[in-house]
Amino acid sequence: MEFGPHLMLAILEGAVGASVLALTALGLSLVFGVMRVVNVAHGEFFMLGAVVAWFVANSIAGHPAIGFLAALAIAPLIAGAVAMLVDRLILKNVAYDPEATIVGTIGVLYILQQSALMIYGPEARPVEPPFSHRIALPWVEWGENGLAFFYPWGLSITSYKLFVIVAAIAILLAFWLVMSRTRLGLIMRATQMDRETALAFGIPVQRVYSIVFGFGAALAALAAVLIVPIQQAHYLMGHDPLLLSFIVVIIGGLGSVRGTIVAALLIGMSDGIISVFLSPTLSKIIATLLVALVLVFRPQGLFGKKMA
Amino acid sequence: MNLDARSVALHLGLIAVLIVLGFVLPTYHQGNLARILVLATYAVGYNVLFGYTGLLSLGHAMFFAAGMYGCGMAMHLGGLTVIPAFVIGLICAAALSAVVALLALRTIGVAFMIVTLMFAQSVYLTALYLGEWTGGDEGFVIAQATRQIAGYALTEPLTRYFAALTLFAVALLITARMMQMSFGRVLIGVRENEERTRMLGYDVFRHKLGAVIISGTIAGAAGAGYAVLFGYVGATFASVQYSIFPLLWVLLGGMGTTIGPLIGVAFMFYLIDYASGVTNAYMLIAGAALVLLTLFARAGIVGEIRNRWVPWLP
Amino acid sequence: MTKALKTTRRTLLKGAGAGGLLAASPLLGRFASAQSAAPIKIGFQQHSTGIGAAYGRWYGRTTEAALKMINDAGGINGRPVEIIAEDDGTDPKRGAEVVEKFSNQHGCDVAYGTLFSHVVIGSAPAAGEQKIPYFVVSEGHHVASGALNRYTLQPGITDVKSQVQAMAPYVSENLGKKVTMIFPDFAFGHDHRDFFTAAIEAQGGEVLEHIAVPPSETSFTKYFPKIPRETEVLYHVMVGPAVLTFVKELGEFFGPSSPAIFGFIDSLEAVDLASPGLEFLEGTYFWEGNPRYAQADQTEYDKAYRAAVGVDENGASVSDPSDVSTYAHMFGCWETLHIIKAGMEAADYQGPDDRQKLIEAVEAMTDMPESMEHPQGPKLFNGKTHQVFGVQYISRVENGRLVKVHTTSIDDTLYPDEVDYTTQSF
Repeated sequence: MEFGPHLMLAILEGAVGASVLALTALGLSLVFGVMRVVNVAHGEFFMLGAVVAWFVANSIAGHPAIGFLAALAIAPLIAGAVAMLVDRLILKNVAYDPEATIVGTIGVLYILQQSALMIYGPEARPVEPPFSHRIALPWVEWGENGLAFFYPWGLSITSYKLFVIVAAIAILLAFWLVMSRTRLGLIMRATQMDRETALAFGIPVQRVYSIVFGFGAALAALAAVLIVPIQQAHYLMGHDPLLLSFIVVIIGGLGSVRGTIVAALLIGMSDGIISVFLSPTLSKIIATLLVALVLVFRPQGLFGKKMA
Repeated sequence: MNLDARSVALHLGLIAVLIVLGFVLPTYHQGNLARILVLATYAVGYNVLFGYTGLLSLGHAMFFAAGMYGCGMAMHLGGLTVIPAFVIGLICAAALSAVVALLALRTIGVAFMIVTLMFAQSVYLTALYLGEWTGGDEGFVIAQATRQIAGYALTEPLTRYFAALTLFAVALLITARMMQMSFGRVLIGVRENEERTRMLGYDVFRHKLGAVIISGTIAGAAGAGYAVLFGYVGATFASVQYSIFPLLWVLLGGMGTTIGPLIGVAFMFYLIDYASGVTNAYMLIAGAALVLLTLFARAGIVGEIRNRWVPWLP
Repeated sequence: MTKALKTTRRTLLKGAGAGGLLAASPLLGRFASAQSAAPIKIGFQQHSTGIGAAYGRWYGRTTEAALKMINDAGGINGRPVEIIAEDDGTDPKRGAEVVEKFSNQHGCDVAYGTLFSHVVIGSAPAAGEQKIPYFVVSEGHHVASGALNRYTLQPGITDVKSQVQAMAPYVSENLGKKVTMIFPDFAFGHDHRDFFTAAIEAQGGEVLEHIAVPPSETSFTKYFPKIPRETEVLYHVMVGPAVLTFVKELGEFFGPSSPAIFGFIDSLEAVDLASPGLEFLEGTYFWEGNPRYAQADQTEYDKAYRAAVGVDENGASVSDPSDVSTYAHMFGCWETLHIIKAGMEAADYQGPDDRQKLIEAVEAMTDMPESMEHPQGPKLFNGKTHQVFGVQYISRVENGRLVKVHTTSIDDTLYPDEVDYTTQSF
């Protein structure tokens, strides 16, 4: 394939991955920003969302869109509820101590993974997309008769992949509205900025923490429902989303929604774009090192405030 | 006894107990303990940075792997004998930790975690990329016949056990001694209050640099030890999982305690070993155990013992 | 078991090695008769968790079925056989620990079962040190390459080098000579890359491009533009949980204008061919270790084997049609257990002290005709390289089913020996 179409394909594919990554990372960023704890089980809530989506889609007969829509509603609720339970039973009881939270959430990770293996099984199972058409994409070229359109071999995307990008943008906008325009958002932001003052102003910090933890998990689950018609639900699928969203949150700058989205785009797209020029694994190595160097020379992240 | 004498007695006592265990344990548990001691060496190295200096690294697998590949490839491809290969492993780990430290120490806190994580990911991917020499994910076997020192076969259970114990004892004693010297005290100062330590006139960066190199080199020694004693080198050991393990072991055993790492490794090893004998769903048991420990022994096993009963534990 | 007993036995073994087996044999005989009613214990290293769990589950079912058949027929040397399964977590470190556990804790006679190459290679040193025969069902080239040791054998499944080179003649004659290969960028993929490239060149073909996909990748389309336009045959092989995404995205990329596609069924092992998005596979070709769908010329052996394991004629579980088996690989468990039985009977195996005799007995094996013990097809075992060679199948997707179109000969799979394990001491 020629350079131009190849690059365009890499960017489009990167955008799909980046959309899902942005949602997952936003969930982690919220938890990390407000509660100051590392939730190692975040990827497992992503996995939970995908697995629940499979169960929901498979128990509802009829057009695949019905099952998919039901999964979009149910999976985040279940993941959120499980997360709130984890918050109440574990995190609250260790007073959100950072180290204890790491060990505790590793424990939760094992429990969720093993439960999924026993109930759902070791296979990777697909969820049928609500719709999926191959859309061949045109490319322009300067020829003898001026600008000409043509359809390069292989340059295409599916309608469902485009939908994922659009849906992620819509959810991000909704998230931004909630955070900036509602009372809940105000309370979360206040708790994030200064827990002590928030307490003094009568904000029920404990309840905010529960909601934030549940909300973060629900975002991860929502991202998983979006991706599961493209990738499959598998009990070990939480591993990469955890690492990548963790990286995205820090690179973007703690507490910065804008930074999280930019970092998700950067990380979601960089290895694909570099692989236009180099072999895939080498691209991944270089992309990883480049992103690490961003942080080395800008330790507060792209959009973070300078830390003391 | 004063505090230092007590801690010397504790460490020498622990080593004495481990020597006796080498002779009395059944073969199976003797073999397990040899593995535990090598992994505990890794955890001891991790603890230097995490427990004492307060820097949480998520990339220590790269140092473990540097030691493992440095030593393993020197034997497998270079045909060296155990001792020189082991030294090459140490040099590789020390060099990698120096480079990583110079870059990563520009950051602190969560940024340090991520930078180390990502460097380790690139090391892991590089091990796969250079599959022609590293064997990629499959790794390679170090020939059984070459795994001997001066005619003593490291594949013989008792010899292997004492080689592992030596590795562990040296790492334990070095770190214990270090923490009694001013260098170690400055590290604790950095952990407790970096700014104040700097104002007292200490060169914080150089101390942190030293801590990363010592920590990384001990981790590399464990990796080289694993390669030599168990005969296998593979990219799994460079994966992120093996960066999270030492964090988990140290937290379980008790961060900032000298014997915590060993206790943490042994606890986790036998938890999985026994639970997997009881049920196929042993990860459920392991997960529940971790949650319970979080709830009821937040300072880790040794940390909790120190808090409740034995306040002088080093 | 006490330490004292173990030490004595180890010393005994050393004595036997130094002074010849004969000197120790009266002792061995007594030991055997004291234990003769006790079961023969086979340690089964199983991928119950981790990345190999889908394979591990079916390896487990096949193992149980073979065990039942062996025990129903009177066990081995008149003794019942017991399988002791331990999860290796698809991890080489745990794999080695499990082999030691079999040998020192469970008192197993042999260890058996692993699939993933890194677990085999990680565990083999432990098997060599424990001097416990280690029968792997991995299809890796590690055994025959000489990288392992005399205690490690692969008598139940053909290795990847044989599989791959046996495909080249059919591919170049029927599908095309200009090939592009897509494979995972780790050792298993590199075996495909190296061996197929050499084999297709020997047939007068060429590989235009090698596309190595990084491990644990979940999105593949971005790599497909590297496929050159003049490609006649696309050769694909992928492993791991993302295989279905890989194949689906391949179809979406090509749309209506694709080259001929030849894949290893590993790309869709344990995946339903009727999954949404796989329609484009109609008319494409697959290597199969053992045909997943019951064929028109199905042998009585395959029929009985299928029934014993609980697989229907579509290659799925009889109790759950959506639970697709790893049919192309798991026959290796069945055949390996029968080879352990045959080897133990030939060696008159009585207990762990006869382990060397067992290995020598297996090394002496050659022809294995198609039979109830070898339902996948006839095989030829090479005692020097510890590796078996067997027929391979090529199937074409027709009406959503894999239909066998070609069976290779055993000769197609042979290559010169790379090692002679029989010259190594025990």
